[in-house]
This record gives sequence, structure tokens and C-alpha cells, in this order.
Amino acid sequence: MKCEKCNRQATIHLTEIHAGKKMEKHLCEQCAAESQVSPIKQHTPINELLTNFVLQHSGMAKEAGATTVCPECGISWTEFRQNGLLGCEHDYAFFDKDLTPLLQRAHEGGTHHLGKVPARRGASSVPMKRQVDMNRLRKELNRAVEAEDYERAAKIRDQIREAEGSE
Amino acid sequence: MKLSDLTSQAGEWLRGSGPMSEVVISSRIRLARNISGFPFLARCSKHQRQSLEKKISETILEARLSPKTLYVDLDAAPEVDRQLLVERHLISKPHKDAQGARGVAVGENETLSIMVNEEDHLRIQVLRSGLQLEEAWEQINAVDDRLESTLDFAFHPRFGYLTACPTNVGTGIRVSVMLHLPALKLTGEIEKVFRAAKDLRLAVRGLYGEGTEATGDFYQISNQTTLGRGEDEIISDFKHQVIPKIIEYEHNARKMLTAERALALDDKVHRALGTLRSARLMSSEETLTLLSHVRLGVNLKRVEDIDINKVNELFLLTQQAHLQKILGKKLEGDARRAARADFIRQRLSA
Repeated sequence: MKCEKCNRQATIHLTEIHAGKKMEKHLCEQCAAESQVSPIKQHTPINELLTNFVLQHSGMAKEAGATTVCPECGISWTEFRQNGLLGCEHDYAFFDKDLTPLLQRAHEGGTHHLGKVPARRGASSVPMKRQVDMNRLRKELNRAVEAEDYERAAKIRDQIREAEGSE
Repeated sequence: MKLSDLTSQAGEWLRGSGPMSEVVISSRIRLARNISGFPFLARCSKHQRQSLEKKISETILEARLSPKTLYVDLDAAPEVDRQLLVERHLISKPHKDAQGARGVAVGENETLSIMVNEEDHLRIQVLRSGLQLEEAWEQINAVDDRLESTLDFAFHPRFGYLTACPTNVGTGIRVSVMLHLPALKLTGEIEKVFRAAKDLRLAVRGLYGEGTEATGDFYQISNQTTLGRGEDEIISDFKHQVIPKIIEYEHNARKMLTAERALALDDKVHRALGTLRSARLMSSEETLTLLSHVRLGVNLKRVEDIDINKVNELFLLTQQAHLQKILGKKLEGDARRAARADFIRQRLSA
């Protein structure tokens, strides 16, 4: 079919209904764009379509942090998911809830750091080691209580008291 | 120390002197670190990026991590110099091609390199020849301690060292071992390695890391888990489980080749040597493939008159940036392939 306005191939076929009267238009892309009747301008680029599709089906759009933005660096959860890189050190705590399942998948279920701890933190001189040890002790205490291993729990509690006392 | 001092010979990691060097080319450990108080690089302004580079490079140089430390400003360095650093495994490809304030510090016989403003503010790397993971850990841990006494690293009691990509968070450690597995390739059993690695959640990559092909039968095996496992545990797994298993597979394949397919093996090795000794045009890929067969032949004593170090060195010196630096001119296309062929012929006849 030829375009109504010129002789090029018509690729846009519009059916408009005005006051119950049906009107058909057949235009080429160029004429359609000129006469501004076409939906061309609303064409969504294929990559955007795909991204939206993936987002909807991965359930990402539903994730709680999708629209919230880190107050420190301004990155949103969606932005992070698009390029895989976080914006600042505060994002880990800020996006904690959404990040945890991701971390578990990437690290064989790991959610808590094990290993080297800075002896102190340069300028701030906070004794990091002690803080981490306390976290670990508290966790161990919870585990012992859950397992009803009260003997062990009592030992850990004493260790915590001792550590707190020395601060 | 100048960059040009590096070109004439291979770095420590390619000397082929380390333990198990007939299969294990090198052991590498890297640590990802960021400075607290600055955004990660994707969110840094131009100005923040510059101040980070200044702060970190000054700290590194003042820390006197090695008697001679070279700092290269990569934003100002010409393409061929940056390519040279990639070929020597001192920087990553993305770091070479990136824009903006960034650099690399190189020290201690090139066993130490610290990339500044790569994906993280600091990427500390120790690279040693053969299987030397514990030695590498000792060295990098000491460097990390030294830097930490001045720099305030982003750390969280639960998440550990905080990194731009959550796949590195925790220890920020990547342990990689580069293996030369020509016999497994020839016998078609290389899939075994991939399977073993996959079972242990390890990644297998090519010669230049992420996204590169396994040319010249070189394979890099590295850990992926960084959270919830300590450095010691990761390193010990590599040393006691993963690597010995793969070395054993390769040794068995080599034994099988010499026992049952000796003629075909000799043909392969000497054909490769013949081509290297007579060809007039050589691509870098063909060079890697042929050198790999010669290396296997030398290790299995099927070739007597060539020193293994010479072969190891050729892997590096025939790459484009090295070749151009050694010959002192820019070379492209056939001119480069001809120069490479000439260089190989000379080295192998001497």
C-alpha cells in the first residue's frame, strides 16, 4: 500500500474513531512524523523495552528500595542494579535488606565478614578489632541460646562482660 | 626506576623459578580497598577523583613499600606504555582504557603493584612465580597493614572491607593461580578442570583475566566468594585442594602423552619449534599457541637445546607493546608480524 501523502510505502496504518465515525490513515514513517499523527514518537527503544521487561519479571521493580535514594551518594537501588556498582560505603547499610539476598547468592550464603580486620582505622583510630569481636561474641551467644547449649552461652556471656568491662 | 627499565626482561612472576613451575606459572593475590569519606569511583566528581589519586599515590610513595617504587600517572602515559603494563600483568585492561586521574605503583621486582582509582580506590596486587600463595599473602598483608596505618579504609563490622561491587565485599580478596595446561588441552580433558572449578565455586579465565580467551593454554583459576570466608581458608583451599588436583590431572595427561602418543607429541612440539625458527610473519596468537607446545616439549625433555627461561621470556617479549619498546619504534600490521618473527628467530638461534 502506498502512503496517502507521497508515493513511498505506507508503514503506519492508523484507525481513528471520531464521534463514532471510523477513519483510516495510511502513511509512510516520514509523513506520519511530519503530520504528528503517528505513534512513532512514542516508540520505545528496544533496549528500554527489554530492560523494563526484565525488571518486571525479575521482581526488581517491586523491591522495597527501588525508588529510595542513598542520602549520602544519591544512588537508587534501580541504578545500582543496572550497572552493578554501588555509590558509596554507606550503601551497604542503607540497602541492607535488598542487598542481603544478593550477597548470599554471590558468596555461598555468606552474610557476615570473616577474616582480616583493620587494626585501627587510620585517622579515626577506632579500635575496630574489639568492635568486631563483640559482634561475633553476641552472635555466638544467640546461636548457643537457640541451640539450648546453656553452658556454652554462660561462657560467652562472661566473655562479653569481661570485654565490656575493659572498655 | 623508569618504565623503560622493565622492558628488557620478564618480571619475577615469569622467571619460571617458583615451585611447581612446570604447571603453575604464577600466584596472584589482590585486595580491593576504598578510602572512607570518599564516594566510590562511579560517584566521584572529577575533583574528588584527583584528590584521591594524589592522597593515595603520596601515601604509597611515603610508605616506602619497597626500595624502588615506580609510580606511573596513567592519565598522562602514552598508549604503548599502558599496554606494556597490561602485558606484564601490572594493570588490568579496564584500567588501561579508563579515563581520568588514575595510576599504578610498581615495586619489589614487579611482585607488587597497586592500581589507584580502578574499580575501587585501591587494588593492591602481589604476583609471584610458581605456586607461592602463602608467601604472596604474607607480602600483601604487610603492604595492606602499612597503608592502613595512614589511610582510613572503608570497613564495616558485618560487611568487612567495603567495595564498589558487592561481589568483592568482605575480605576484598581475589586469589588467582595461572596454570599452563597444554596436555589437558591436547587430550581433550580440559573440561575436567572447568567442572572441578565449578564445583568449588571458582572462576576460570584466560591469560589476561576477566573476559579474555584462554590463549596459549593458559588458564587462570580464582575464587569468587569473598564474604563469610577468611583469607586463610580461601588460600588453604587453593593450596591443598584445588591446585594439587589440577596439577595431578595435567601430570597424568602428560604421562599419557609420552607413554602412548610419543610420536604425535614429538611431531607437535618440533613442528611448533620449526615454525618459530623459520616463519617470516607471526601473529601474537600463533606465537602463544606454538610457544605453548614448545614449553610442553621442554618440560617433558622432548627438546634438549632450549632453556625454559628463554621460552617463558618469549611469551612476554613477543607481545605488541614489548616488541615495539624493544625495537624502539611503532609497528603495525605486517611490519609488526615480520618484526615478531625476526625477533623469535634470533632468540631461538642464539
